[in-house]
Amino acid sequence: MKIRLIDIAHGRSGDKGDSANIGLIAYDEKGYKILEKYVTADVVKKYFEGICFGPVERFEMPNILALNFILHNALGGGGTVSLKHDAQGKTLASALLRMEIEIEEPV
Amino acid sequence: MKEKIRIASGQGFWGDLLEAPYHQVTKGPVDYLVMDYLAEVTMSILQKQKKKNPELGYARDIPELMKRILPVCIEKEIKIITNGGGVNPFSCAQEVKKVANSLGIKNLKIGVVLGDDILDRIDEFLQSGIDLKNMETGESISIIKDRLLSANVYFGSEPIVEALKLGAQIVITGRTTDTGLTLAPMVYEFGWNYENFDLMAAGTVAGHILECGAQSTGGNFLGDWESVPDMAEIGFPIAEAYPDGNVIITKHENTGGLVSIETVAEQLVYEIGDPKNYITPECIADFTSIKLEQVGKDRVRVYNVKGKPPTNFYKVSAAYFDGYSAVGTLTYSWPKALTKAKAADRILRKRLEFLGLQFDEIRTEFLGYNACFGPLAKEIDEDLINEVVFRIAVRGKDYNAIERFGREIAPLVLTGPPGVTGFAGGRPKPSEVVAYWPALIPKELIKPKIEIVEV
Repeated sequence: MKIRLIDIAHGRSGDKGDSANIGLIAYDEKGYKILEKYVTADVVKKYFEGICFGPVERFEMPNILALNFILHNALGGGGTVSLKHDAQGKTLASALLRMEIEIEEPV
Repeated sequence: MKEKIRIASGQGFWGDLLEAPYHQVTKGPVDYLVMDYLAEVTMSILQKQKKKNPELGYARDIPELMKRILPVCIEKEIKIITNGGGVNPFSCAQEVKKVANSLGIKNLKIGVVLGDDILDRIDEFLQSGIDLKNMETGESISIIKDRLLSANVYFGSEPIVEALKLGAQIVITGRTTDTGLTLAPMVYEFGWNYENFDLMAAGTVAGHILECGAQSTGGNFLGDWESVPDMAEIGFPIAEAYPDGNVIITKHENTGGLVSIETVAEQLVYEIGDPKNYITPECIADFTSIKLEQVGKDRVRVYNVKGKPPTNFYKVSAAYFDGYSAVGTLTYSWPKALTKAKAADRILRKRLEFLGLQFDEIRTEFLGYNACFGPLAKEIDEDLINEVVFRIAVRGKDYNAIERFGREIAPLVLTGPPGVTGFAGGRPKPSEVVAYWPALIPKELIKPKIEIVEV
């Protein structure tokens, strides 16, 4: 079945130089397992094609049911240089929550 | 030793809710008020102000704020810690002293932390082989040395603790880590040992939760934000800290907002890198060890935090001049608002080309359509779009080119697509681009200095 990440998670994003970070937080254990299984660094890299021009790193934080993604080279030069309206990547978490994934598990 | 202390966050950045610190000290019991004013760019802005007037260079909100909160803080014995001293903490303290004098306050000690400003020492470091390499690119700082606007070391909690030990009720610092502002009172009150890295990490995590103000109490909450009560009177976070490193995040009872595992978790992941290695001057905190537990209404316990020894380096934040930029906007209305805005973009870019203007970058976004999500924006039925803001920004080294760009926006109103408005602000002016240079410096080269200003 198809779900949107916003159905099972919330999150927050921000900047570190020209990298953006997106913390994706599941509402429960089951949701975390789904995020862990389907929302890989590769999936996120592909999703943000045209926004993120560097590698994507993923870090797991099972203690708070979260995944932390670092999107390198994603902010048009970084907070102070960037010409983007969202120079600090504040809305990237919302963009990721809009992603649809096809899962085997029932929700 | 106190059995617990309550540390209140009063500002999450320079520009935050002005009423927040006043509410934090009046709406319930607190022992400390901590206020973070410094973002990465702020130091360079303050450095410019100091260049024009050697008595400036600090967050100018502070004297005004002190007028309101000092009488309360004196009466309730609340200590105030802030990094709003910017590049001139001493002048800031002098201004606070004037405020205290005018209020008839006596026997007040203001601690000033100095020594973080290394702008005048760059040559000295370069000569001794310390080249302050950019942490992202690996280049030596020598390549931008002549364009440097500010350079500061991030101190941690230690100098603040020293100032508190000298009897300061107010501590004003320059570039201090946001987390150090909150950790300092715990170290001071509970006599924590700097070798106890789990305690250092516990205080650091509490600091991270407090450092962005109401972002941990329901502000900017991407969860069920509509369920957050009374955001108009949102309460800022309070860390109720215990000697064993347990911390309860809460807020004053008669305030709006929400403290839940979700709101705290969102702040935990904010602007972090590798969660196992959150590096501060005191420790390396492991964010994957943190446990959260809801222990009451608007009370979340943060515990089990693990830490490791710190590195031998301080982080340096430098800023340098990197050309100019300008942003222009015009608003296009139905019908075909997006098509019109796109046409305006093509027309303007052609004109810039005819003029032979050179830019490092030109960027177009359509607010109401793709400014947030860029290429991820979904196609929509254009007939449903009421209006679109055409936003175009340029950046480059040539001031004249950027200035000329600013003169090409308004003409589009009479020489481009119809149904256009929103040009009331005048021509966009070139503004200086300040770029950021992160580096590391061996701790032994930097010595913080504490001065006490007596009232």
